[in-house]
Amino acid sequence: MAFRGRETMDFRFTEEQEMTAGVVRDLLADLCQPADLRRLMESGDARDANRWEKISEMGLAGALVGEEIGGLGLRPVDFVLVAEACGYACLPEPLVENAGIALPLLASLTQTGTTRFVVERALAGEITVALGHSANPFIADADTAGALLIERDSALHLVSPGDVHLSLQPSIDPFRRLFTAEGGLSEATRVAGNDEAAAKLASALDRGALFTAAQLLGIAQRCVDLAVAYARERQQFGKPIGTYQAVKHQLATAQVKIEFARPVLYAAAATIDHADRYSRARISHAKLVASEAADVAARTAIQVHGAMGYSWEVDVHFFLKRAIALTNWWGGPAFHRGRIAERVLNGELGPEHTFTHAAADA
Amino acid sequence: MDLTYSPDQKRFRHEVRSWMEAHVPSLPLPSFDASREGFEAHREWERTLSQGRWGMVTWPETYGGRGLDLIQWLIFEEEYYRAGAPLRVNQNGIFLLGPTLMEYGTPEQKARFLTAMASGDEIWAQAWSEPQAGSDLAAVKSSAVRDGDDYVLKGHKIWSSRAVFADWAFGLFRTDPASQRHKGLSLVFFPLDAPGVRVQPIAQIDGETGFAEIFLEDVRVPAFNRLGGEGEGWTICMATAGFERGLMLRSPARFQVAARKLVDLYKAHEHEVEPSVREAVLRSWMDTEAYALSIYSTASRLAAGGHIGAEASTNKIFWSEMDIALHKAALSILGARAELLRSAPEAGDIGRWLDGYFFSLAGPIYAGSNEIQRNIIAERMLGLPRA
Repeated sequence: MAFRGRETMDFRFTEEQEMTAGVVRDLLADLCQPADLRRLMESGDARDANRWEKISEMGLAGALVGEEIGGLGLRPVDFVLVAEACGYACLPEPLVENAGIALPLLASLTQTGTTRFVVERALAGEITVALGHSANPFIADADTAGALLIERDSALHLVSPGDVHLSLQPSIDPFRRLFTAEGGLSEATRVAGNDEAAAKLASALDRGALFTAAQLLGIAQRCVDLAVAYARERQQFGKPIGTYQAVKHQLATAQVKIEFARPVLYAAAATIDHADRYSRARISHAKLVASEAADVAARTAIQVHGAMGYSWEVDVHFFLKRAIALTNWWGGPAFHRGRIAERVLNGELGPEHTFTHAAADA
Repeated sequence: MDLTYSPDQKRFRHEVRSWMEAHVPSLPLPSFDASREGFEAHREWERTLSQGRWGMVTWPETYGGRGLDLIQWLIFEEEYYRAGAPLRVNQNGIFLLGPTLMEYGTPEQKARFLTAMASGDEIWAQAWSEPQAGSDLAAVKSSAVRDGDDYVLKGHKIWSSRAVFADWAFGLFRTDPASQRHKGLSLVFFPLDAPGVRVQPIAQIDGETGFAEIFLEDVRVPAFNRLGGEGEGWTICMATAGFERGLMLRSPARFQVAARKLVDLYKAHEHEVEPSVREAVLRSWMDTEAYALSIYSTASRLAAGGHIGAEASTNKIFWSEMDIALHKAALSILGARAELLRSAPEAGDIGRWLDGYFFSLAGPIYAGSNEIQRNIIAERMLGLPRA
């Protein structure tokens, strides 16, 4: 299911990949509309229990966990469209962080009794794992997690949220639950030393940046779609405002940004396993341009909505806030530009190197 | 999704590379827009390409091609630009008219025009715009009046690229004098040396004459020269425009080579320039990569039977804006030397960046202005209402 090599350059997703994403998209279209977001926000709950149960039932928690440990053994390219769908829906629950990043990291470590127990519960959908990675100053969804995997001094520790002191750091995004954690880590909680942790933390960062880029792209497309829907309805000077070029051209510009972030994202997903300067630069490129697309699209959507766009009532602000948050999550623009610079200034350049990677034969 | 070349694709790349290394002229040819001599030197290069059957690799073998797919075409283009091979003087023919002829031409028309096009024996100009029909192309007034087995052409075409030295032109003519707008138009070919044709070169921003006005006074051509049915000109013209904007006119390799040169220029001057220049250089590299990835993605889709749609318009906006930014980045590195002609004693490594910058400014205008492209995206891709 993961690699269905066609033995030739082919940029298309497989039917299985499209189908998985389609199921997630449909579920979120049913259960994660702006009205649902508002209901959750007013309730003050961390998660929509019904929605999270339905998501868990899809069995995606183990998507990127190896089959030998009980996961589905999929690759990031199989999950990228799912992450994009989560961005499009502004999903509050941590499907991407848990299934896309934290759990595969935990499962990739040398398994002990403790790690195996946590992985099994997480694969069963009973708990989520939250990750404290040095790329991020906060741990997202730490309070609702069943286990915290925390990087400290380049080693990895596994603790239960009750064993550390969590301080809530309220975010402008009403659905992001950010925490700092203090205390509770010791030799006994360490599950991976520096040697083992380094490469795995690096690959978690790559997945984090990749799937965050995917969510940002989804956010960007949602903002354009919201604005287009409004521009078709809203009348001024006796016509829908979408007939005016001043409105059309702004939305077209945002869509162009999206169209040229998308293939970068998909190429990054397809090559992430190379784990070299080429694949990392591609991921960073995707993260940068997806952030920019989300920024342009969100601001354009606000502008197209006019005064309504600045109101609490119109839904665009949920997406704007998520875009602001994710732009600096799993590495901000300066970090990612640095990785691109490393590849551009030291790697092979030119049209024959679009798909070059370190291990490729000449 | 499999982003690795197959063994066959790798072998093909090496075949192209070897041929290019053996055949690409060691010195750049003189511009095909500045003199007959430069134009003919490029025609000679087209003949060399054609003799190696490299003129248009996607065409069927019958017409001098190799019947290859779009991925192979991209590989060919990558090696072509990597080798620093000359620009294609016959791009109006091979990239625009060729694919359209392939789709709409009769077997006799294909036999008559495609072979001579592929061999470089007939170089084509386009004759679409008129003084009062630019972005509003459907306002064309030039007429083709049926007279027995002939058409008699009359009118005034403008901004016809390559028309100064080319052999043939294809243009949009009103075959139904009573018709309005998109209806009653036909696509007709005419030799640029036919009696009644007068070509008036137009000096461009850089002084070269890359385009011209064409005055047609009772120019008689056989009805055989009409492509597609009478009155189908608009549909066919839009198909050509789709190819032009969509895929073939600006292959990614050209920009990727420019980005590589820009990075080299930056490295040579890294310590003299301000930090914002680095960002602009990285941005240009990213954009050229994004464009390449996007075209590979489109090529995969087309290979699986898809059609090119409004992404032709997103492509055109993206590459034209990218090309300007890339050249601006180069000019910012060159600083005060950017304005020098290459003949200036202090010119040093200024290269052709200024020429490239001027040419890039035309990008958002030709092949359908970017304003028109944004309308197309808004209406056909996003579903916004027409005005």
